Amino acid sequence: MVEWNFLAVLADADLLLQGLVNTLKVTFLALLFGIPLGLVLSLCRLARARFLSMPAAFIVEFFRTTPPLVQLFWFFFALPILIDVRMTPYIAAIVTFSIQSAAFFAEIFRGGIQSIDRGQWEGAQAIGMNHWQSLRRIILPQAVKRMIPAFMERSIELLKTTTLVSTVAYTDLMFQANDLAQKTFRPLEVYTVVAVMYFVVIFVFSQLSIRVEYRLARSGESTVR
Amino acid sequence: MGHDWDFVTIAQNWGVLWVGLKGTLVIFSVTVVLGLGGGLIVGICRYIRHPVSRWPAMTFIEVFRNTPVLVQIIWFYYAFPILTGIEVDPFLAATLGISLNTMAFSAEIYRAGIQSIEPGQWEAGKAIGMTYSQALRRVILPVAIKRVLPALTNRGIEVFKMSTLASVVAYIETLNQAKLIADLNFNPIESYTVVALIFFVVLYPVVQATYALERTLAKGD
Amino acid sequence: MTDSVIRIENLHKSFGSLEVLGGIDLDVRAGETVTVLGSSGSGKSTLLRCINFMEMPSEGRIYLHGDLIGTDEGGSVRYSESELCRIRTRIGMVFQHFNLFPHMTVLKNVMEGQVTVLGRRAGAAEAKAREQLERVGLSDKADEYPARLSGGQKQRVAIARALAMDPDVMLFDEVTSALDPELVGEVLRTIRQLADDGMTMLVVTHELGFAYHVANRVLFISDGRILEQGEPRQILREPATRRMQEFLDGHAQFRLPF
Repeated sequence: MVEWNFLAVLADADLLLQGLVNTLKVTFLALLFGIPLGLVLSLCRLARARFLSMPAAFIVEFFRTTPPLVQLFWFFFALPILIDVRMTPYIAAIVTFSIQSAAFFAEIFRGGIQSIDRGQWEGAQAIGMNHWQSLRRIILPQAVKRMIPAFMERSIELLKTTTLVSTVAYTDLMFQANDLAQKTFRPLEVYTVVAVMYFVVIFVFSQLSIRVEYRLARSGESTVR
Repeated sequence: MGHDWDFVTIAQNWGVLWVGLKGTLVIFSVTVVLGLGGGLIVGICRYIRHPVSRWPAMTFIEVFRNTPVLVQIIWFYYAFPILTGIEVDPFLAATLGISLNTMAFSAEIYRAGIQSIEPGQWEAGKAIGMTYSQALRRVILPVAIKRVLPALTNRGIEVFKMSTLASVVAYIETLNQAKLIADLNFNPIESYTVVALIFFVVLYPVVQATYALERTLAKGD
Repeated sequence: MTDSVIRIENLHKSFGSLEVLGGIDLDVRAGETVTVLGSSGSGKSTLLRCINFMEMPSEGRIYLHGDLIGTDEGGSVRYSESELCRIRTRIGMVFQHFNLFPHMTVLKNVMEGQVTVLGRRAGAAEAKAREQLERVGLSDKADEYPARLSGGQKQRVAIARALAMDPDVMLFDEVTSALDPELVGEVLRTIRQLADDGMTMLVVTHELGFAYHVANRVLFISDGRILEQGEPRQILREPATRRMQEFLDGHAQFRLPF
């Protein structure tokens, strides 16, 4: 029978915690850049001018249909040669996941904006608001409230996707796990502990999102996926 | 941009890439069938109001939905053999990780589909003398699955993208081979661009078809 | 001529190959209440929606206080968004489905256009908003959200929201059609009060009683054209065309529901 031995893992628990902090950092920064970028992409995609809507649609579809790991490799290995910048795993991760999640957020924004009744646009227009004022003051505040559950779900997906940065040697939780597993010769314990750590963080977030969704549903707001 | 694009080298290495494409196709076919098929069973177990089926299904779903698929693959590759003594090769590790993850996600899709069916349908089934499982199989599931078809195709698209994660445990698939070409020929730009394009070209029509399917179903309902 | 508020010349509107308005000429004078009647699909709502450019006219000209809206470009008229926004602040509109902003309180709904579009200070806008809510009899609902109001109350808030912009003319687009019958009266009473106060109004409605008792003029629209118009008591009692007679036969008599 297998003998579990967590001592080696516990001795280096600070390594794993540092990894978790880095995982959350990358997730947070990707959200910070990804959400506004997603809004811009969705507005461009909804624009009547084709020179805005076509490129935006292309970017969104491209980043939704290509694997995130391929994107990460492209930004890490290919982009520095193409435009001669120094690329660290950290920056590559943030660039990749910002754009990748922006593509998904763009579709959430688009769904949210389109879910708002046409009468709201007309109500805004009728008191003399222009397109931008209507969007900012009337449509977006309502749309964003409906989008919250989808936002939270997507953010959780993003957190899970950040494990990919370990493959370009950024010291996130996954990377620290690989490192520690090799050092201690205890892959069973290390990977199990790390899986549990991810589970706890993600489970808490998803329970929170279910709670929020339930409250929004009760206050009579339909939500978009 | 001063880069001279050179796709000739990629073309010369087409054989290497082709091996990878076949690998991608194999693991995708296996995982999509296991994942979406197994998900139906888990989803039904989760739906049925019987503790023996419900709690294990719920636990399974929560565990595999709330951990990253890469962690699952790596756990199956490095930890699972120690725990069980079963030898695990890269293909098996990746297949287990991706299939089980997909089962958990699709189980929730099927369950939502079943729950969306009006109670009247169950009653109608009962009224003509059907058993519970007959009503489920003959009346409820056909409609439920049709309703969640777009969500299932979206899952299928995710599975196809996920197959690249198998490269992390050195299973030979497209990304793995592209990395090989890039390392040997010092041409990461072309190699990774080609891989990205391959995925885009394959999945873009599928995504469009899913949109069309959503619209058709929305009209039909 | 000088007291013309809205003048419409040869207004056409088509959606694709479907012609909805086939040449409308109309002059609405200051203080006048014009009621527009017609069966559904006659084009009466489209006429109203063209006047504040919710729909863009396919052809024709619209004048506000004698000034052409848009820029004349060798026969056709071009419109800029900024001009239309400015014009819409002077033409109030109330919709069948209220279109209140659900994420704002009643007071904020009435203040929104004043602050965001007219650039009024919050204090002045609030005073104005309270004054208009008083006018429609809803001072006590200022801090409620629209979801908590009845349909009739919602519609009166929508009227206050339009009035707060100090418009030159008000357009009412079937504003009682979505209401429960017992709530129609309070909204029509509010509109009648506006008529008595001398507001210039165009009212699309199915309420013949309102047309009969409140309007100065009744238009009957059929197939996108004005088929008849005239003084309500005369035109409603003795329509000249069979079309209008048939339309009137299908409706309740000229009873005011309040």
